[in-house]
Amino acid sequence: MPDAISSLDRRKVIRDALGIAIASGAYALSFGAISSTSGLSLLQTMCLSLLMFTGASQFALVGIVGSGGSIWAGVAAASLLGTRNALYGVRLSTLLKVTGLRRLAAAQLVIDESTAMAIARDKESESRFAFWTTGLLLFAFWNLGTFIGALATNALTDPKVFGLDAAPPAAYLALLAPRLRAREPLAVAMAAGVVALICLPFVPAGIPLLIVAAFVALYGLFGKSR
Amino acid sequence: MIWAGVLVASAACYMLKLAGLSLPSRWLQDVRIQRTVPLLPVALLAALVAIQTFSLGQHLVLDVRAAAIGVAVIAVLLRAPFLVVIVAAAATAALLRLI
Repeated sequence: MPDAISSLDRRKVIRDALGIAIASGAYALSFGAISSTSGLSLLQTMCLSLLMFTGASQFALVGIVGSGGSIWAGVAAASLLGTRNALYGVRLSTLLKVTGLRRLAAAQLVIDESTAMAIARDKESESRFAFWTTGLLLFAFWNLGTFIGALATNALTDPKVFGLDAAPPAAYLALLAPRLRAREPLAVAMAAGVVALICLPFVPAGIPLLIVAAFVALYGLFGKSR
Repeated sequence: MIWAGVLVASAACYMLKLAGLSLPSRWLQDVRIQRTVPLLPVALLAALVAIQTFSLGQHLVLDVRAAAIGVAVIAVLLRAPFLVVIVAAAATAALLRLI
């Protein structure tokens, strides 16, 4: 447990986690703003940040609703985007060794940032400390940022004047960029964009995303393995 | 309807997180699953960028959002923080509409 960590290591973890949490809080401001302009109430917006608590899924759900898609297309996209957290959980389960209520609490904190911080540590005790510190700080700042962003945007009368309709694609791009460091994901991203635009005029809103997901599944599960 | 969607999607995302921590790890350690799942967010986010930049309803359109996303790409390449990327894109769209 944390006792095994030197106070120096602990300070460094807290400093890093705080940096990540503050940055994500700023990002949550834009989530709150986009969610509000998409027509979700303050309470619905806060429920997403408190209960869903996984950025890409939240952005996708409100973005699809905001662009006129059905809520269920948004639900499907949010769930598909959440599948990666299951793989994070697999990596974390051997490090965290949580059971019972602690496991139920830990599960909500399994996201990109807490996983990255936990697996970057050498010792298990440090990994656990990094996971909980990053997860809890991020949860606090993410929800605070969402609240302020949503509240501030509720006061605006015409979001288009502020270019807020251009905010969701920019948000997706910012989420996407760190995942494009290799050739295969870059090619997949390009192909996905093209496929989505090709089917868009012919199917209801939201469905192009499911078509893209089906293509990826076929490619990943049955494509040539390298 | 939005409420139902918010709650169902939140429950689904939580169950996925919990499944990873709870299921026997060999179930999810299949090579094909390990390869496919990380590509899903890449493809879906890219599709979302394309759709919300170049469409209005079910029509393909080219408007100020294309310029806005161009600015966002430059900001990302310069490794600007998240919020800067988004504000730069929104400001671009807002300014071009003023002209």
